[in-house]
Amino acid sequence: MVVKDIIDILEGEIICEGDLTKEIKTACGSDMMSDVLAFVKDQSVLLTGLVNPQVVRTAEMMDMACIVFVRGKDPDQSIINLAEQRDITLLKTKYRMFTACGLLYSNGLSGGTKV
Amino acid sequence: MSAIHLHYEVSGDDFTRAGEASGSVKKRLKSLGFDPDAIRRVAIAMYEAEINMVIHAEGGYCDVDIYPDKVEILLADKGPGIPDVDKAMQEGFSTAPDNVRNLGFGAGMGLPNIKKYTDEMRIETTIGVGTNLYLTVNVNNN
Repeated sequence: MVVKDIIDILEGEIICEGDLTKEIKTACGSDMMSDVLAFVKDQSVLLTGLVNPQVVRTAEMMDMACIVFVRGKDPDQSIINLAEQRDITLLKTKYRMFTACGLLYSNGLSGGTKV
Repeated sequence: MSAIHLHYEVSGDDFTRAGEASGSVKKRLKSLGFDPDAIRRVAIAMYEAEINMVIHAEGGYCDVDIYPDKVEILLADKGPGIPDVDKAMQEGFSTAPDNVRNLGFGAGMGLPNIKKYTDEMRIETTIGVGTNLYLTVNVNNN
């Protein structure tokens, strides 16, 4: 799956466009950034309801290519600027967290860990 | 390659800027061609420590020494100190205020995460004086 597929599956709207052809292998859904940081996975997408600059910084540290804001949340310009500088794609979807995660999972994306 | 020394001041009053030093170190290691896994471990450990400094200690400074086979990091603050280090190391134990939790941190995962991603971790802390956190990440650059 690539970033572009995530946009299609979640009927997402692009807020900040990075590399849409980047391959995504796993996903992580959380509002707690320390929980995200606890599990290193390769080439992940982050789904979150949290909207602040630390979401982008967390994605940066984890080498994540894409962040999806669920429930139609809009990041402010400072967040968009941070993502632009780091070539991270920002999306928003109208779906809520559970549904957004479920849609990606049922389309073949996994959490990357057994438990 | 001889050691490269980097120094960063971490501002204590701007949570939104926490992570700038870690991001900068990450970029530097990448340009030096370090192993991506090692870079990520350094970045995450340092980022959590930077967040801790901003949450608990009103900032401080970081010294980073990059060697061919390891990265050493000192994070020093003049904060309140850690009363019970063993307790602070437990997953889920946190003394962070609620407003920090609203920002996605303060889940009591900071120090456990740092320990997990580093090869060596040493805490020197004195109540009312501050905390020095020494981290080493070994790098296997095959």
